[in-house]
Amino acid sequence: MTSFPLLVAQAESAEFWQTFLQYALIGLTNGALFALIALGYTMVYGIIELINFAHGEVFMLGAFLALTLVLHVMKLDEATPVGLWVGIGLLLLIVPLFCAVINVSIDWLVYKPLRQAPKLAPLVSAIGVSFVLMNVGLLWGGAADVHFPDFVSRHNLLGEDAALSFTYKDLMVVLITVPIMIALTLFVQTTRMGKAMRATAQDPVAAQLMGIHVDRVIGVTFALGGALAGAAAVIYSLYINTVSYQMGFTNGLYAFTAAVLGGIGNIPGAVLGGLVIGLARSFGSGYVGERWTSALVFVILIAILVFRPSGLLGARTREKV
Amino acid sequence: MPPLLAVEDLHAGYGPIEVLHGISLEVRPGEIVALIGANGAGKTSTLLVISGCLPVRQGRIALEGEPIERLAAHEIVRRGICQSPEGRKIFPRLSVLENLQMGAFTRRDRAGIQHDLDHAFELFPILAERRGQAGGTLSGGEQQMLAVARALMGKPKLLLLDEPSLGLAPMVAMKIFEAIRKLNQEGMSILLVEQAARMALMLAERGYVMETGRITMSDRAETLLGDERVQDAYLGE
Repeated sequence: MTSFPLLVAQAESAEFWQTFLQYALIGLTNGALFALIALGYTMVYGIIELINFAHGEVFMLGAFLALTLVLHVMKLDEATPVGLWVGIGLLLLIVPLFCAVINVSIDWLVYKPLRQAPKLAPLVSAIGVSFVLMNVGLLWGGAADVHFPDFVSRHNLLGEDAALSFTYKDLMVVLITVPIMIALTLFVQTTRMGKAMRATAQDPVAAQLMGIHVDRVIGVTFALGGALAGAAAVIYSLYINTVSYQMGFTNGLYAFTAAVLGGIGNIPGAVLGGLVIGLARSFGSGYVGERWTSALVFVILIAILVFRPSGLLGARTREKV
Repeated sequence: MPPLLAVEDLHAGYGPIEVLHGISLEVRPGEIVALIGANGAGKTSTLLVISGCLPVRQGRIALEGEPIERLAAHEIVRRGICQSPEGRKIFPRLSVLENLQMGAFTRRDRAGIQHDLDHAFELFPILAERRGQAGGTLSGGEQQMLAVARALMGKPKLLLLDEPSLGLAPMVAMKIFEAIRKLNQEGMSILLVEQAARMALMLAERGYVMETGRITMSDRAETLLGDERVQDAYLGE
């Protein structure tokens, strides 16, 4: 008799772990996307201590460019499977390039003239640029959500009847985001420009005195951040299949939270923060309820700001005077 | 022979405020020149202008006869002026070795860089011991040594040192001054900004006294050390 409740418990527990793992998978996949956007916030902040609030909108414009290319230029809905992958590859070249150009232009036109101004000036300007770009998106794509063609198979890689689902789509996200993050890390750690970026982030005046062309380093940082947002825009569009002029605001906010959570200015921190935010949203909507997810994410943000303002991986070496 | 560095009638400032009102000074090859003066006299600003970190409003700066006052900071480093700045400005999260490598950022000659790295470790053996440690974890004296060594890694023709003894225990400051003397004996030309006027003048061949953005005296260092006005104002006698 005693074994009966135990069996039930085991069955329940197996089911519990299945759903738990499923939420974890969804969370990590979404989190990888947030991480890509968060990297743009954190890299720019690391170099010039500016929260580039327009960053989310650069991501949004990237998604609209991807949509325009897919519908009117590439005609991907009529493409063969090989043509489709070539097309996605092309999107991953063109859209990041476009977003890099936008981001660098914003810096040149708006932030650069304010480099010596008090920090509030570029910050408020960033919010202004964000509104301008949001309206560009509104003109480009309209006020309603727009469907993005669904090219990538939802076929479950673990088998059609498997309890867990990990689709081609999920795989696509992993196959694109992980190499990008590895490449970025290698770039920052090993290249001459990467070292110049790290040095400039730690002390811009000292960097100048080393012979580093700081303006160029800042330009490269905006270009890289924009390109990452562009890549994220392509993946997001192919994955979520809905684009809207507001997507930059909401996803930008999540990504910004991820960057702060990981320790703003810290590159591995942005990735970690992105994954944590992805997981929090996934578990939140699974166990608490969809409508509480945003609240949950921002509760995490507030808790971090109160208890660990430097973020999970934020500056650990204390500077001596 | 033209002076290594010639600064003529230099004006500069921050926003609406002018802090340098026509500075003229010279550094000849192989010299240590001391620039002394009270806090706020404009010594640090002078070095920042020479390095291109603060724009020139009027006046000329020439390195080996070539005008450099319109060049950007990173170009001036390439021309051969390196600075150990006020407050040391070590990269706190780069290791000691990486800090030194940053100092050689403009250079491509691997063998030469390695040679200068060995030389820096010879000059400041403690840096060799700490080579893997993050710059921000060093003591003040060690950071100062690192700042000087980092500037040397750029293989400068002229080394600018801003208050290398500031905030250091006398024993540690002595070590730094000893290293400066040694560098000069090896032929390095140095412009030394110091509030520790006696030490600076004992080390230097010539000195300039600065007061509120102007050079008020310039002479041989020994003469300045013996001058009553300098003694009263800066040597605490």
